[in-house]
Amino acid sequence: MAEKLPKPEQLAEDIKYSPPPKDWMDPKTEFKKGTFNYSAVPSALDYLDLPNPGKWQPHDEEWPLPDNWQETVLEGMRDRLKKYRSFQVFMDICVRCGACADKCHYFIGSGDPKNMPVLRAELLRSIYRRDFTTIGKILGPLAGGRKLTVEVLKEWFFYFYQCTECRRCSVFCPYGIDTAEITMMARELMNLIGISIDWICTPAANCFRTGNHLGIQPHGFKDSVDFAVGDLEDITGIKVDVPINEKGHEILFVVPSADYFADPHYYGFLGYLALFHEIGLDYTMSSFASEGGNFGLFHSADMMKRLNAKIYAEAKRLGVKWILGGECGHMWRVLHQYMDTMNGPADFLEEPVSPITKTKFENAKSTKMVHICEFTADLIKNNKLKLDPRRNDHRVVTFHDSCNPSRAMGLLDEPRYIIEKVSNNFFEMPENTIREQTFCCGSGAGLGTDENLEMRLRGGLPRANAVKFVHDKYGVNMLACICAIDKATLPPLLEYWVPECGVCGVHELVGNALLMKGEKERDTDYRGEPMILGKKAEAETEVAQKEAKDAG
Amino acid sequence: MSVVLSLFAIAVLVILPLIGTGLLQLEYLFGVIIPYAAIILFLVGMIYRILKWANVPVPFRIPTSCGQQQSLSWIKQNELDNPSTFWGTVKRMALEVLFFRSLFRNTKVELREGPRISYTSDKWLWLGALAFHWSFLIIFVRHFKFFAEPVPIWVDTLQLLDGFFQIGLPIIYVTDAVILAALTYLFLRRIFNPLVRYISLINDYFPLLLLMGIAATGILLRYFLKTDIVAIKELGMGLISLHPVVPDNIGALFYIHLFLVSVLFAYFPFSKLMHMPGVFLSPTRNMANNSRMRRHINPWNYPVKTHTYEEYEDEFRDLMRAAGLPLEKDK
Repeated sequence: MAEKLPKPEQLAEDIKYSPPPKDWMDPKTEFKKGTFNYSAVPSALDYLDLPNPGKWQPHDEEWPLPDNWQETVLEGMRDRLKKYRSFQVFMDICVRCGACADKCHYFIGSGDPKNMPVLRAELLRSIYRRDFTTIGKILGPLAGGRKLTVEVLKEWFFYFYQCTECRRCSVFCPYGIDTAEITMMARELMNLIGISIDWICTPAANCFRTGNHLGIQPHGFKDSVDFAVGDLEDITGIKVDVPINEKGHEILFVVPSADYFADPHYYGFLGYLALFHEIGLDYTMSSFASEGGNFGLFHSADMMKRLNAKIYAEAKRLGVKWILGGECGHMWRVLHQYMDTMNGPADFLEEPVSPITKTKFENAKSTKMVHICEFTADLIKNNKLKLDPRRNDHRVVTFHDSCNPSRAMGLLDEPRYIIEKVSNNFFEMPENTIREQTFCCGSGAGLGTDENLEMRLRGGLPRANAVKFVHDKYGVNMLACICAIDKATLPPLLEYWVPECGVCGVHELVGNALLMKGEKERDTDYRGEPMILGKKAEAETEVAQKEAKDAG
Repeated sequence: MSVVLSLFAIAVLVILPLIGTGLLQLEYLFGVIIPYAAIILFLVGMIYRILKWANVPVPFRIPTSCGQQQSLSWIKQNELDNPSTFWGTVKRMALEVLFFRSLFRNTKVELREGPRISYTSDKWLWLGALAFHWSFLIIFVRHFKFFAEPVPIWVDTLQLLDGFFQIGLPIIYVTDAVILAALTYLFLRRIFNPLVRYISLINDYFPLLLLMGIAATGILLRYFLKTDIVAIKELGMGLISLHPVVPDNIGALFYIHLFLVSVLFAYFPFSKLMHMPGVFLSPTRNMANNSRMRRHINPWNYPVKTHTYEEYEDEFRDLMRAAGLPLEKDK
């Protein structure tokens, strides 16, 4: 990675927030290596019955477009303007006040004016104006209208796959215009003519077939879980039982597939298993509903619905009472804002009640799905867990709010409460970079590919820079988060910008601090790194803080 | 370029009534027909647009949550920025519409060497926008005095408050000064802030300059040029009572003012100015965040092709059996 990319200082140096003199209406998109994603492969589109599969790459001069592609796109636009009030209203009411301009992480990290949310939306709005508004039809370019050309399409592809649908702009917009909505529509329109990216369509095809994005088949799923059970036994001396596809349990537990397959997600997965064992939770996992995440969200509403359907279907088949969901960002956007509407009603389930504390999760009484942080925070509040936060003393922790749980849900204080109970060193990043103002990892919404690395490092700069701030100031060495995409993409981001800081799930910290009945003497954490309790850790932290101060 | 074209358009809009009433004696056209036409366009256009929006369904419940959600009883919800009830949403909308809550959050990014990025609070846009909109509203209401006899007491009171400082004669209204300052700021911001200039279209400069023209002519009429208020009120009362009369003694400047206002009304429904009713229909702001508590219905929720467990088990049955996983059909 290091030899191909410019040094961090260099990358940052060429960021300028001054737009070019010429206006933006006449596009010429340069597909520079490292700043875009490869196209969707035909096999994935075929498997999902999607139109116009073709072999092409974005940097090709010629794109394999159907003859009537403009008609298809405009017809698709007309259709969606009638189906989504958000789309119709957001096309009409932007006043271009510019409040959103410097709120996008991609703009902050690239200085490219078309990454200002307002201009990203204008790429589509200019077409809307020309073809769908009275004044635009009469005045055309004078009223900011543009014709839909291949160049415009290429520009759409470049910039609507340079938006992570994080909704930060929508927090600052006086009308709540949400670029995520506009990006979703633009992507749907491009899908109509076969223009999509591999990192979305292949995981979606995998997920449709095997139940998870990674394409792990049922026996592989079982292997992964067994492996985790073995690891947990090595660490704690306790063999936990994880039912898979078993009927008659109370709860179905659904996680993003990276949790049982990728690092550092895996340690959080061990944390879930330890926690459930300790409280004696009556649950099952499912190899079919082996993915809570949903790359369909990044593709189209239809795809989101198609991939999401398995969760209620599996809950029904297995006869559980309610569903518990693991740490994941966009997964929770789907579960919180879409699932019940799309695939509900879940009238075959019961209103969720914690079997341990008897707390009713009133806020989930219709969807019947509870976030693991809500569940665990309730356990801790009711003193159901024996925790020794000193076991995380070797971690100086900060918390990264993931876009979707914060801006499409409002899950802010639950994870913080947990972290404060399981660790002794918790420091917040600056206030304009956390909670509803949090910055995206820069790789969400299907953009977390290697070929897109430079753009990811740019988009992730605001997040990484805030981490660097608390790293330098407080010696923070662990960024906790509750999102599978974060856990996959923040490590390389931090390696580039803040090399001394790791990434973990909140439930890794929980598992590590959890005192289990009958556990063996432990001197290492879930990662096999030595734990340094109490005063010794404090001393080491102080040294680290001093060193950081001297360095910074 | 966009600025020049907008200025040119405004110039034309000023010259038209000047020639029309000064030379061609078209007072009836500019004093009665055009204002009526503008009002009709405004009302019909606005109602049409609002009905059009309202007829588009809201398939999903997609509020942008800007604070702590309602979850466990002991976690304090941020009801204003992340409401979960109808009344909470009303409060959120009130804050948004009356005080521009979201603009109040505005920050400015700065990138320094290092790199070191900082975000500082930047309330100027909020202040400028709020100052303009409130002044406009108060000035609009103050104008009721031209359309009602006797002048309603609350209009009188508003005037009294607006002229609170009792500077000059005629008394200078605070809002007249504020609206000019605010519009000037908003205009200069568009010109001199490179990012805002880059995104600005004629669609942005034109209404701003139009409003400046209206404010300027209004101020000229009130403070600087002798204007026959009685005659103007006669015209106003005639218009509102649908018995229009065109008194003499009304100067061309007044017709310019009236014409620019007419253009504003006529232009309104076809422009970004529709953000005024639009903000009330924005799904990220006007919906309660209660999607896990109450099922939101999508009126066009159609079935999609899914992959069923049966299909899944059919494909992987042997592997599942070998791995010891339970099966629905073990054959």
